[in-house]
Amino acid sequence: MTALLRRSLLFGLIAGAACLHIGLVGMIDTFQERTLLDLRMLAGGAGVALGFLMPLLAIVIVANRAVARPAHDDAPAAPVPRLLAGLLVGAMGGIFLALLAYISDSGVASSVLVNARRPLATILWLGMEPGPGTILLIGLGAVAGLVGAALVVLPPLITRSLVVAGLTVLLFGLLEPFLSVILRNLGLEVVEELVYARGAVQLPAGIALGAIAVAAVVGLRSGGGVRRRTGQQLRGNRATLVRWALLGLALVLLLVLPNIVGRRLSDVLTQVGLFVLLGLGLNIVVGFAGLLDLGYVAFYAVGAYSVGVLTSPASPAFAPQLPFWGSLPFVIILAVIIGLMIGAPVLRLRGDYLAIVTLGFGEIARILVGSAWLQPYLGGAQGITPIPAAEPFGRAPESIYYPILAFCVLAALVAMSLANSRVGRAWNAMREDESAAEATGINTTVYKLLAFAIGAAIGCLAGAFFSAKIGTIFPDSFNILISINTLALIILGGMGNILGVIVGALVLVGLPELLREFEAYRLLIYGAVLVTMMLLRPEGLLPSRQRQAELHEGQEEEAGEGDEPTAPTTREPREASITP
Amino acid sequence: MAAVASRPRRINFVTAFLWLIGGGILLIAAIGAFLTLTKGRYSLENWEGFIVSGIALGSVYALVALGYTLVYGILFMINFAHGEVFMFGTFTALFVARFLNDAGMIASQPWLAFLIVIAVAMLVSMTIAVTLERVAYRPLRGAPRLVPLITAIGASLFLQYTARGFYGSGVNAYPEFPPLQGNTTILGLTIRTDQVIVTVAAVALMLGLYLFVERTRTGRAMRAVSEDKDVAAMMGINVDRVIQITFAIGGLLAGVAGILYVQLFNQVDFFMGFLPGIKAFTAAVLGGIGNIVGAMLGGMTLGLLEAVAPFLLLDGYGIASPNQLKDAIAFTVLVLVLIFRPSGFLGRKENV
Repeated sequence: MTALLRRSLLFGLIAGAACLHIGLVGMIDTFQERTLLDLRMLAGGAGVALGFLMPLLAIVIVANRAVARPAHDDAPAAPVPRLLAGLLVGAMGGIFLALLAYISDSGVASSVLVNARRPLATILWLGMEPGPGTILLIGLGAVAGLVGAALVVLPPLITRSLVVAGLTVLLFGLLEPFLSVILRNLGLEVVEELVYARGAVQLPAGIALGAIAVAAVVGLRSGGGVRRRTGQQLRGNRATLVRWALLGLALVLLLVLPNIVGRRLSDVLTQVGLFVLLGLGLNIVVGFAGLLDLGYVAFYAVGAYSVGVLTSPASPAFAPQLPFWGSLPFVIILAVIIGLMIGAPVLRLRGDYLAIVTLGFGEIARILVGSAWLQPYLGGAQGITPIPAAEPFGRAPESIYYPILAFCVLAALVAMSLANSRVGRAWNAMREDESAAEATGINTTVYKLLAFAIGAAIGCLAGAFFSAKIGTIFPDSFNILISINTLALIILGGMGNILGVIVGALVLVGLPELLREFEAYRLLIYGAVLVTMMLLRPEGLLPSRQRQAELHEGQEEEAGEGDEPTAPTTREPREASITP
Repeated sequence: MAAVASRPRRINFVTAFLWLIGGGILLIAAIGAFLTLTKGRYSLENWEGFIVSGIALGSVYALVALGYTLVYGILFMINFAHGEVFMFGTFTALFVARFLNDAGMIASQPWLAFLIVIAVAMLVSMTIAVTLERVAYRPLRGAPRLVPLITAIGASLFLQYTARGFYGSGVNAYPEFPPLQGNTTILGLTIRTDQVIVTVAAVALMLGLYLFVERTRTGRAMRAVSEDKDVAAMMGINVDRVIQITFAIGGLLAGVAGILYVQLFNQVDFFMGFLPGIKAFTAAVLGGIGNIVGAMLGGMTLGLLEAVAPFLLLDGYGIASPNQLKDAIAFTVLVLVLIFRPSGFLGRKENV
């Protein structure tokens, strides 16, 4: 009992910290613009805005975690104490929010904490007077905590339905600007008007959407047995047939997509395509060969700058003015050479040292490109502009989409065939244990260089299309964040998995591009995603089976000694030590 | 290492290529130095100025490098987010210093104000470092090596953009402490007072850390854990606690380093942890990672290189604004050290 109390106090502090973080970072202010659910029918002119919802969602999650697992020395607590614990956690979160509101209102900290200003207080108090606003705030926090706890206490089916319904409405609300455009482009104005009003989901439509989602989930669950059986029957030829049919369908969909979604969304799609290309390239280096490369942006820069120099009439020193497609072979050859040149020195380095050295290479590339020293050749801080478009596709996102898509498909095919070849197996062996791979006769030098070269070739293609699409390049476009971005999407999707790369790019590049308000918090969210993924699911959303096995190997042995505070870890190499 | 004994023979051409590159860079540097010195563009005072500011900067790097080295010595992981711990130290210092400035305390009691700023910044940096260890690194002990590295990168991004959200993306000016302004004359050299203070404070802290690790019980426990965690645990050492203390010390030192850094450069922004962080890591590797004296030596060397090398090595070639390339020099040093001598000045051979 006291254990539960202590745990909920601790988690209450965590919830408070999360709320303060969300508020002070400015998410509440920024996301208040976006209304998710239109409550005009209930209360006059009101709606659920994302900004206010965020800290409450954080409280729900924290409260849920607080009561999900019983404390060590405690038998699983009864429902009522758990609900009370959730209430406590939520109320503490609410108190912190109220504190934040008072600080913001008084403006004492606003000289340093830029978001602790009056508008934040107005949002948190829901536009009311401080007194009733505070009470309401703490109350809502407590309710959120209660909901979080209830999700543990209620039977699993109800919990799942609630979560699914909530997420569906959230998603429809978030994606309103695009879903409404898509629905209109498909000629479904009626549906659009039925679902959305004033940029938010209407209440009845929200309820209906939630109900549909729940029905779908429950239906899938009960139909699962049938599915599994048919899955078993679909062996051999038919299974591959189905797979090819699905693939073909996806391809057709991809081909017509720009015509359905409109210009703005096409632009996002090309953006995602570039990162899919980058991700596929880096996936070969990191996911297949296990070489953590933090300087991948160097190849992106090589691609962009060599296209710039070879095609642009404004290239400062050497301007052959080739057409885009004519320059591409030279660009790829150059990138492969540079890939080999970067790869050769780092052959003997392993793991984290390799990461740092490649990071160093990436930074050196950026500094040199932007320096006054190389300005006569690469344009220095002014970059190179204009760069001709990739004719006949031009710069319009609806058309440049197609060559990018084609190269993504090509890169995916190359990656897939490599993964299932002798080369791919050699990479696997090398990644799992380099010394053992070498002992079995794998020439690690050759295979590492090969990974770097192929990765470089694919990465430079992304850079080439980037420069042709934008038409102008600056050294600042090639900073370390591109490398990190690419790494993050591979990790989210699942290292070593091609479908994972695509999903990762859609989520990490596509979503923030779609939701402009997220732009400022994109890297914050990436950081959180990287940490959470590594803690909870290091193999990614769509793991390759092998990778999963590697990352969870030895987990059974750990489980036995896991809870001891000083559990000895046997798997770490004994290499360095402190020697004063 | 015995399993890969045949390695050097097999990659001979790569080794040759490496030595070619290394030799080439050394040659270029030597010719550059010769050209610069024969041109005589800089007077003796110029060089003295470069060296003194290099030492001051190097002692800040050394303080941050100690954080990397201590953690690497015990956990064999690069705490990528250490630069952000440093950055939060500077922001806290900014916050407190502005507050004290508004209250008029910097004008009336500058030294006391300075001490308060240092204390608060140390506390905040330490809290962040310890929280980081508890939340992001401890659950991953024993995971494959790349996993904590990726976590560290994620934590670094998260902290960076948290700072950006909290404090905005602009560059903030840091209030001036009157006693640290102006010049001091030592041994006939006229030196900026803040540079003297920074160097003295950093060296004192390093000495303190050295004595702590050498002489105290906790220090001995730290050394034991870094030698062998299992055996240390069997000897009754609370390994988790020792690791926590290590992160706390690293955080404290980074907090102080942050304040000293702003004394030198007077500006604070959310991205400022990245470059000093990488450079301090370079310093730690240069000195031999895991080695405390090495971190100090490496920091000083890197600071000096960064201050002197652009002018000494590049100016001779008539390269425009060589100072722009000082970061590239630091990164080149990093790459060269990791490739040719990953054990650094004082590291053991098997550190690679």
